[in-house]
Amino acid sequence: MMAKHGSEKRDRAGLRTWSASHSVRSALPAATSLASLLGLGLLWGMVAGMWPSRALPPPLEVWRVLLKEAASGDLVYHLAMTLWRVAAAYAVAMIVGSVIGVLLGRHRRADSFFNPWLVLFLNLPALVVIVLAYIWFGLTEAAAIGAVAINKIPNVIVTMREGARALDHRYAEMATVYRLGQLDYVRHILMPQLQPYFAVASRSGIALIWKIVLVVELLGRSNGVGFQIYLYFQIFDVAAILAYTLAFVAIMLLIELFLVQPLERHATRWRRRSA
Amino acid sequence: MQPAGVAAPLKVDISEKTFRSAEGVTIVALRGLSFEVRQGEFACLLGPSGCGKTTTLRILLGLDRQFSGSYQLPEGGSNRVAAVFQEPVLLPWRTVEQNVRLALSARLRHKDLDRLFEILGLSSMRSLYPSELSLGLARRAALARAFATEPAILFLDEPFTSLDERTADRLRRLLMAVWAARPTTALMVTHNLREALLLADRIIVLSPRPAQVLGIFEVGLSRHLRDAPALDNLVSDFHKTFADAV
Ligand SMILES: Nc1ncnc2c1ncn2[C@@H]1O[C@H](COP(=O)(O)OP(=O)(O)OP(=O)(O)O)[C@@H](O)[C@H]1O
Ligand SMILES: [Mg+2]
Repeated sequence: MMAKHGSEKRDRAGLRTWSASHSVRSALPAATSLASLLGLGLLWGMVAGMWPSRALPPPLEVWRVLLKEAASGDLVYHLAMTLWRVAAAYAVAMIVGSVIGVLLGRHRRADSFFNPWLVLFLNLPALVVIVLAYIWFGLTEAAAIGAVAINKIPNVIVTMREGARALDHRYAEMATVYRLGQLDYVRHILMPQLQPYFAVASRSGIALIWKIVLVVELLGRSNGVGFQIYLYFQIFDVAAILAYTLAFVAIMLLIELFLVQPLERHATRWRRRSA
Repeated sequence: MQPAGVAAPLKVDISEKTFRSAEGVTIVALRGLSFEVRQGEFACLLGPSGCGKTTTLRILLGLDRQFSGSYQLPEGGSNRVAAVFQEPVLLPWRTVEQNVRLALSARLRHKDLDRLFEILGLSSMRSLYPSELSLGLARRAALARAFATEPAILFLDEPFTSLDERTADRLRRLLMAVWAARPTTALMVTHNLREALLLADRIIVLSPRPAQVLGIFEVGLSRHLRDAPALDNLVSDFHKTFADAV
């Protein structure tokens, strides 16, 4: 009992020193990225200054619109609506896709039967799925989220199926010999082996999903970033369009930086230590 | 320690085990293989490479059920089996200690492992990940896992291959030390005669594939007397009985 306690403490301490050294290492690339983005902003400002046009407002004007929209509360509201749809579609796609993917990876017969379906869905244009979902299920929130998820699910299935096929049978045999429970098996043997595949599916998933969510909002929702962009497109307000776009991209980057990457680092800590 | 004498011995009676190769050719791996391991005894299955030793262990471990025949595992006591595979098979994403504890039954999950880790010289490595261990250390961790489960029977499949002779020898002595701390019915597979003579109470000698029992060699000498010259004598004794085996 005592011994267990001791080793856990050591573990946690090990993690802490590691993350400290990591923040030092990651400071330099962060500075480079910041400088690079600043450069892009300057370039934009210069081009907009040389050829003044409604089609390309200067950065300062976009910033002003951004502040105005933020002050009125519109920005936060529409960002939140879009973000919730992204999160919901992501969760549905990852869960459904992972379960189907692992099942197909483990059962050869089912896999060869359903593979043509998978190929069909992989090649279905996002727009078709969205339009059909709205026609069949009405202009509802569920139809919108479902349509986005369906666009992502086939990708998740393919990736997770690859992961399930690559499972090392020796670990399963070890689990059999030592009579591991179902829960322990999933937690300590199945999930860690699938984790890299889950990370890949997840990473490409977020990127794809938030782009499709905007289309879904444009076609059949009355709020969200996609809806706002459509609105400002009709009155040709490019500054507002850019303001919404940049705000949303910034949020997605923050999520990637402060949620996705730390989680991934935590999940793969055993691999990094050996490096 | 588990009281001796309550458990039945290991009884093996495999009439046939065949494999079908990728080209559809049938390979007979085992035919008419039967032997017994007594309660509390350390037995070795000695046979040439490829004769079907791993196949036999996989059947006894319940990993391969496509065979004809039967076997009976020791009953009573913990009723659990433990195995040290030809490779260590530790989970790379769990620490040494987590790997060991994961194999334990709910009743033993939080038991004190200090002494076991100490005997095996792993005390300072409990929180390391397997990728940070040498093969010799990983094998020790696999031994720790097997013994920690307090099994009714222990199977070992050539646990000392691919190690240099010095490391292998040190590990053999460590195995004897943990085994002496808790004598468990054990069946170890090897194709190394000296190793078998050093560790075993009895050696079950197998023929080339399909494996059959050629005979039993009783190593009468007590373990602490088996030094190099004594082993040389045992080797020549062995060759008198089994002229052309191994
Ligand atoms: N899955 C399999 N498919 C076909 N043949 C197999 C399979 N597994 C083992 N064999 C064959 O069965 C025979 C016995 O194999 P086994 O692995 O039991 O030998 P072994 O005695 O453990 O050898 P080694 O000392 O090299 O580990 C070998 O000839 C091998 O080629
Ligand atoms: Mg073998």
